[in-house]
Amino acid sequence: MKRHFRVWRGDASGGDLRDFDVEVNEGEVVLDIIHRLQATQAPDLACRWNCKAGKCGSCSMEINGMPRLGCMTRMSTFTEDETITITPIRTFPVIRDLVTDVSFNYEKARETPAFAPPPGVAPGDYRMQQVDVERSQEFRKCIECFLCQNTCHVIRDHDENKPAFSGPRFFIRAAELDMHPLDDREDRKEHAQASQGLGYCNITKCCTEVCPEHIKITDNAIIPMKERVVDRRYDPLVWLGRKIFRRDELESASTKPSFPPIVNPSTANPSTVNPPMSSARLPQTAPVGPDGHMDIAELVAPQQGGLSPFGEDLEFPLPPEQIAYHHPDPDKTPDR
Amino acid sequence: MTTTATRPGGGEERAAISARTLRTDRWWLAPLVTFIGLGAWVTYATVRVFMHKWFWVEEFHYLTPFYSPCLTDRCGDAAMFGTPLPNFFLIPEAAFTLPFLLLFRLTCYYYRKAYYRAFWLSPPACAVPDGHKSYSGETRFPLIFQNAHRYAFYAAMVISVINTWDAVLAQSTGLGLGNVILWVNVIMLWAYTLSCHSCRHIAGGRLKHFSKHPVRYRFWTFVSKLNTRHMQLAWITLGTLALTDFYIMGLAAEWFSDLRIIN
Amino acid sequence: MSSTIERHLYDVVVIGAGGAGLRAAIEARLAGKRTAIISKSLFGKAHTVMAEGGAAAAMGNVNSNDNWMVHFRDTMRGGKFLNNFRMAELHAKEAPERIWELETYGALFDRTKDGKISQRNFGGHEYPRLAHVGDRTGLELIRTLQQKIVSLQQEDFAETGSYESRIRVFQETTITELMLDGDRVAGAFGYYRESGEFLLFETPAVVLATGGVGRSYKVTSNSWEYTGDGHALALRSGATLINMEFLQFHPTGMVWPPSVKGILVTESVRGDGGVLRNSDGKRFMFDYVPDVFRKQYAETEEEGDRWYDDPDNNRRPPELLPRDEVARAINSEVKAGRGSPAGGVFLDVSTRLPAEQIIKRLPSMHHQFKELADVDITKEPMEVGPTCHYVMGGVEVDPDTGAAFGTVQGLFAAGEVSGGMHGSNRLGGNSLSDLLVFGKRAGEHAAAYVDTLGVRPKPAKIDVAAAAEVALAPLARAGGENPYTLQQDLQAVMGDLVGIIRRAGELTDAIKRLQELKARVANVSADGGRLYNPGWHLALDLRNMLVVSECTAKAALEREESRGGHTREDFPKMSPEWRRVNLVCSLDETGEVHLERKPVPRMRAELIDLFDRSELAKYMTDEELAEVEAE
Ligand SMILES: Cc1cc2nc3c(=O)[nH]c(=O)nc-3n(C[C@H](O)[C@H](O)[C@H](O)COP(=O)(O)OP(=O)(O)OC[C@H]3O[C@@H](n4cnc5c(N)ncnc54)[C@H](O)[C@@H]3O)c2cc1C
Ligand code: SF4
Ligand code: SF4
Ligand code: FES
Ligand code: FES
Repeated sequence: MKRHFRVWRGDASGGDLRDFDVEVNEGEVVLDIIHRLQATQAPDLACRWNCKAGKCGSCSMEINGMPRLGCMTRMSTFTEDETITITPIRTFPVIRDLVTDVSFNYEKARETPAFAPPPGVAPGDYRMQQVDVERSQEFRKCIECFLCQNTCHVIRDHDENKPAFSGPRFFIRAAELDMHPLDDREDRKEHAQASQGLGYCNITKCCTEVCPEHIKITDNAIIPMKERVVDRRYDPLVWLGRKIFRRDELESASTKPSFPPIVNPSTANPSTVNPPMSSARLPQTAPVGPDGHMDIAELVAPQQGGLSPFGEDLEFPLPPEQIAYHHPDPDKTPDR
Repeated sequence: MTTTATRPGGGEERAAISARTLRTDRWWLAPLVTFIGLGAWVTYATVRVFMHKWFWVEEFHYLTPFYSPCLTDRCGDAAMFGTPLPNFFLIPEAAFTLPFLLLFRLTCYYYRKAYYRAFWLSPPACAVPDGHKSYSGETRFPLIFQNAHRYAFYAAMVISVINTWDAVLAQSTGLGLGNVILWVNVIMLWAYTLSCHSCRHIAGGRLKHFSKHPVRYRFWTFVSKLNTRHMQLAWITLGTLALTDFYIMGLAAEWFSDLRIIN
Repeated sequence: MSSTIERHLYDVVVIGAGGAGLRAAIEARLAGKRTAIISKSLFGKAHTVMAEGGAAAAMGNVNSNDNWMVHFRDTMRGGKFLNNFRMAELHAKEAPERIWELETYGALFDRTKDGKISQRNFGGHEYPRLAHVGDRTGLELIRTLQQKIVSLQQEDFAETGSYESRIRVFQETTITELMLDGDRVAGAFGYYRESGEFLLFETPAVVLATGGVGRSYKVTSNSWEYTGDGHALALRSGATLINMEFLQFHPTGMVWPPSVKGILVTESVRGDGGVLRNSDGKRFMFDYVPDVFRKQYAETEEEGDRWYDDPDNNRRPPELLPRDEVARAINSEVKAGRGSPAGGVFLDVSTRLPAEQIIKRLPSMHHQFKELADVDITKEPMEVGPTCHYVMGGVEVDPDTGAAFGTVQGLFAAGEVSGGMHGSNRLGGNSLSDLLVFGKRAGEHAAAYVDTLGVRPKPAKIDVAAAAEVALAPLARAGGENPYTLQQDLQAVMGDLVGIIRRAGELTDAIKRLQELKARVANVSADGGRLYNPGWHLALDLRNMLVVSECTAKAALEREESRGGHTREDFPKMSPEWRRVNLVCSLDETGEVHLERKPVPRMRAELIDLFDRSELAKYMTDEELAEVEAE
């Protein structure tokens, strides 16, 4: 049976919804339709996918306006005469057709401080109780489909918030580590608030609504993290308790040598920053260390600095017939 | 014949889709219902609080939660903690508790979601554009004060105790439908208050090792179960509050009489 | 086309960002090498995320009788003694360390009561041995390694101000050709999938970790990535492949709805109590226990059922036989007309475990069936059938270093793309630990190899130009064949003629058809531009699929016996003579696949002593047995 589809096709320079009539069989999912389109009508239709079973989080798209996994959206959830509209996810720059540039998420991942192993515990000696790991395990179910990132209005509707806001995927990462029974860092809440932009979230729960892994992002990660921040900063009783019982002093006396404080890498000496924790996108400085010298990795490379795009074995000046160079057309303004 | 060594094509532009949303379901229904529901309740509550009458049924010691504890000179026998407040039409009878209750519900994580969506349209529904040009969330004044929810929660616990006391007092006169309603209301209020996210956090959510605190872990598990129903409880308590108040108003105004079971 | 090619300089280039690739990259970076990781899909989405059941390691947390020797024995038995014994030995010995190491990177496995890593039962493993996280172990593994790489990048950032100063991930980048300088690896050539632009990595060492070949089959649990790129790259650069005839068909893939046919139903369903029934409701596996396994498996349903609670005093149910046996059994039941409506058999847990247990232990299976097939596995049985899952064969490597055999130097391989470790059949759970053990070794030795080099090999300009030309050919050609049609035809040939049960006539036919396909693939064309064009990408992958398929078909025709993942209807018995032979594929100068017999290395005496003489007698020739006796 043929059904009607509208699929967004285009790239960064523009595009539109194209109409297609495609055969649909019993038991199929939207991704099958895309594949049929590729095999029959549009071989160059770009779309990401891997597992076809909701495990890898590649096939994120928007189906009838809702962010979903193509491989987990059954055709039987639509009525027979319904037109199905498929578009790329909107929050990230489009590359082509249904494929978008999700590097934002990988950058944010890099800015989230990694697990800090407990000092002095040998591999194999880690002991954790099941009840203690369960909360973090829920967050580790995340398949990084970035649907939550896509649907979160903080960046979806306000691009300018991107530098300051890490998004729900990385709130659950922060929560996961903060609840990890053996993680050795104690400043994850501060980090979530100061550098991840936890305060931007107004707990409207869209991330939870679209998460294909049914992770209770808002209830189990964001709100608990907000509460943990409140613990440190706003709770009257905790404050009072600290004052009366001098808990803070006890605490700090008992904790192991703590991690260096959060510093902005741009102002601080880079070598003292243990996992960098600023989410502000900083201008890339020259990779020099505190001594003003280049990174050692650069020195041992057979070639320092960037590679010549022309190859190292070219002699300059080039013979004119080898120059691949266009004179700019004076009538045309550069497009960017 | 280009000689760029960078990657072209990796443009910065989002997909050019003209429709603001392509959702085809009735996404506007939920915010609309919330808008109407909350709007109606707030209107009713405001009217009632400033009515300054029909809040106390002498015969059975029924006091509406909107006026508890009753602290102005108008209270008469309903006053349990004295009457420190003057009679002024802008001062509600329960002037010491209502602000905290209001704060509690205003800063409640569920209500925040509800009114940010339905009233502030930020966003009205998922994948539907925000109604505002700029957005800073709860990072600065005034919304940063949403973090005061914890204070409000402590206050709400105290107020729940007072409400329970009201129900107990009313019990001394026998048993009528009014008592049942008061009790249902109180139980629901407790359920709502205990299911609060702050409560869940205090109960055990803040711990790193559940296994070292088995009792708190059980309490946390219990609160977590309630917590999954927090939204339902938020609406149910709005309903029971309004119903209790209306029933007592009706009795006090003598529109109908209490259905007595004992006495 | 004269567009310049982006060039990068690295010490070690790891092709593949699955478990093996990431582990190798971590090791190379820890050895101080500038390392690049290349992946066809996004970072963290490689095939490893799909692994469900767990990672086998003899930690002995659940049953303290377990140790590396038992694990080694199980692995050899599962592979029907064709395994490279040294690899199996290293794997069994080192797997626990590698798993524990993951915990220091932040992994959170399920726990036992006393807080250790919990382990579960799996087909072919004598004791509960699979470290797991529900049924998403692969996700945990890859995410952990991914996050470890990020943490190394953060360290580099703190030190040098740049995240990518020592380790960089090139995601959505495909390598199409390796560059040689003489017989040394000098670089890798590929394109960005996003933009279609070319790039060249200049590097003295390449670690292949590209996974398997399953995309040549229609019914497969594998994704589009599994086009055998690594196998083909190795062949073309002068390395050899072994055991290519051994493909594992996982017994339980989904068979309904048609669109998800092949998607895996994890073996843990059976490990946790699921049973297989035919349309008569009979637990048919009891009829299919082969002689070599008779002693280890239960004979009655009662005994099998008791085993789940008391494994020390009962024998395991035959549902937990190695995969090849179960796949063949299902195949026979369906052929005999006792299959389910959609052409599989029934796998039932609903009557065996309470619903909440099922949801707790098999969450993603519950989810998968609910969402994809609208079946609630706590209430109904699933319909399952065999699906192409894993290739045992692969690049022939040195067991200790992972260096590829053949003429090439500087090429290393680890993970599914390497061969030998699993012999003729892989045990479930042995792959994830294999990735870690040999990934680490390959990374370590690639780094060491770089240190031994005096001068850096340099890729030749004409090779680069030639690679670019080959890559652009499908776009330049107009009116050629559609790559999707070709892929379907290839899948049909492989699925129908080189499938689970093979016959000499069909295999000869298959080889002929593959030759025809070769000519057609040379004429493939792709519409559209270079920007993220899946048609073009497929067109380029086709030639890899084809050469690997040819190896498989030729080796399958040559091996005249049935063993593990290779079943010949015309030679249904396992032959001790053939156990001594490995089939090795290489490419000759004209680019034709060339097959060669090589003896299987002989096991060291102390390892042989781990087995009963009577067991060895089932696998070995009399002559070999006499030698063993003599020692
Ligand atoms: C559904 C399923 C379930 C499984 N369950 C289990 C289990 O429970 N236990 C177990 O032990 N094993 C299991 N396996 C097997 C195991 O997952 C795989 O064998 C293993 O993940 C292979 O890992 P790898 O590191 O070798 O390669 P992969 O993880 O497959 O990674 C291959 C990488 O190479 C890249 N690549 C490929 N070609 C190129 C190219 N030309 N250029 C650049 N990059 C390239 C890909 O992009 C990818 O990043 C399962 C497999 C499947 C399919
Ligand atoms: S709950 Fe917060 S993080 Fe989640 S979508 Fe809403 S604003 Fe974004
Ligand atoms: S939290 Fe859920 S929605 Fe967000 S990336 Fe992970 S799986 Fe996707
Ligand atoms: S293809 Fe993997 S999640 Fe859809
Ligand atoms: S009352 Fe709703 S979250 Fe506290």
